[in-house]
Amino acid sequence: MRAAIALGIAATLVLGACAPSPPSSPMPTTSNALLAGSITVFAGSSLTDAFKNAGDEITKTNPGVRFTFNFGSSSTLATQITNGAPADVFASADDANMQKIVDAKLTDGAAMPFAENRLQIAVAPGNPKRIAGLADLARPDVVLVLAAPTVPAGKYALESLTKAGVSAKPVSQEVDVRAVLTKVSLGEADAGIVYVTDVKSASGRVTGVDIPDQQQVIARYPIAVVKDSKNARLARGFVDYLLSPAGQSVLAEFGFSKP
Amino acid sequence: MRSERPPVLFVVLAAIGVAFFVLPLVGLLYRAPWETALDDLTTPEALTALRLSFVVSLAATALALLLGVPLAWVYARVPFRGRDVVRALTTLPMILPPVVGGVALLFAFGRRGLFGQVLDTVFGIRIPFTTAGAILAATFVAMPFLVLTVEAGLRSMDRRYEDAARTLGASRWLVFRRVTLPLIAPSVFAGAVLCWARALGEFGATITFAGNLPGTTQTLPLAVYIALETRPEVAIMLSLVLLVVSLGILIAMRDRYLRAF
Repeated sequence: MRAAIALGIAATLVLGACAPSPPSSPMPTTSNALLAGSITVFAGSSLTDAFKNAGDEITKTNPGVRFTFNFGSSSTLATQITNGAPADVFASADDANMQKIVDAKLTDGAAMPFAENRLQIAVAPGNPKRIAGLADLARPDVVLVLAAPTVPAGKYALESLTKAGVSAKPVSQEVDVRAVLTKVSLGEADAGIVYVTDVKSASGRVTGVDIPDQQQVIARYPIAVVKDSKNARLARGFVDYLLSPAGQSVLAEFGFSKP
Repeated sequence: MRSERPPVLFVVLAAIGVAFFVLPLVGLLYRAPWETALDDLTTPEALTALRLSFVVSLAATALALLLGVPLAWVYARVPFRGRDVVRALTTLPMILPPVVGGVALLFAFGRRGLFGQVLDTVFGIRIPFTTAGAILAATFVAMPFLVLTVEAGLRSMDRRYEDAARTLGASRWLVFRRVTLPLIAPSVFAGAVLCWARALGEFGATITFAGNLPGTTQTLPLAVYIALETRPEVAIMLSLVLLVVSLGILIAMRDRYLRAF
């Protein structure tokens, strides 16, 4: 029984290794047999909509695949993976948390940067508090929420505020960037620093206020196949798709830029 | 009492059942950084969370006592239409996912909430992101434990003492204070302790409704969650504090806890 499983995994690995998958191919599946089976993708919460969409796109041409997504703060996910959570792919919103997986020797192949994101100030629709930039976040009448400094979005937000020379006090340090967005879209907070992609995904429930280049912090997203994946071929296929022009256009649609 | 050899299958399954609960605790103890335990527990973040949790859980218990004892009295003594439905409503947080409770609290007492809006515009009071918000969240999930325990105590007490006092001319308030309360004191105490323990462990409603800010709303469980990613040693030590307190309470209260339900 165990030998049979080991053989199966070995066969999958060999097949996966043989399959030509240049990152430039439009779809990793066109060159080979259809992808099949299921994998679990752990991804930073800012990737929620883009990854769901990418999963749907792959499923359109490969009806036999199924993706399970686990979205959360990249730091929580990294902790889960290093403690043995069954992830097949890990996409982090920063290098530091990917490095935790690399250091634990839990990646299969190199981590590849696949997207970039920028920060934006999320405010109530129509910007009733007339927030023009980071400096306004220090105003006493502005209720500000940030992501916790332990998660990428919170770390980037603090870097950006430091660059702008603004010392603003948040009323809450939310557990991930989506929670920041929620607090603003519910009207509990007047402003929050989130990613451009989050504002886009909120489709009108918040308004985005741009942060100028000199105060910007660019978030770089790396992705890697996790070692000992039960379906390394599909895991690799998912990563390759995101790196392909088709995958990049899905990411661009959600506001991500090329690395 | 006859004592028979228990069936082997039951003993085995029961042992697996015990292991299921004990192993996670063993895992926690095994990973605990005993050499640095004191340092980890006295980091500023840990101390801040400990202090805040103490305040929040005690305040929640006080609020629960103030509202919960009269509520239990009404449930036990006043038969009214729909009492079971009302009791179910006030007991709901015991089984409701706390996050759902937090969302509901936001829609009621948030700045845009049904009542929160009035509080904000008329009185300038905002509850989310404040320690008061954390106390409300803790009270919301913990008070049912007190109410049910006190109601059980009121139902099981001998009401003839109250009747005797009334016939001797004592006012209702005097009877409640001098006869009823002393008689149900063990239940009130047990309910308050259970309520306090539940308030101490509250996470979901707090993070959803009150947010997470060290010193203001970041209670012990929230601090554990945040520290797990960056300072796992601190998270483990704080978890152990919660564990020891909870276990101590359950062992100390075992008779009352079982009797109350």
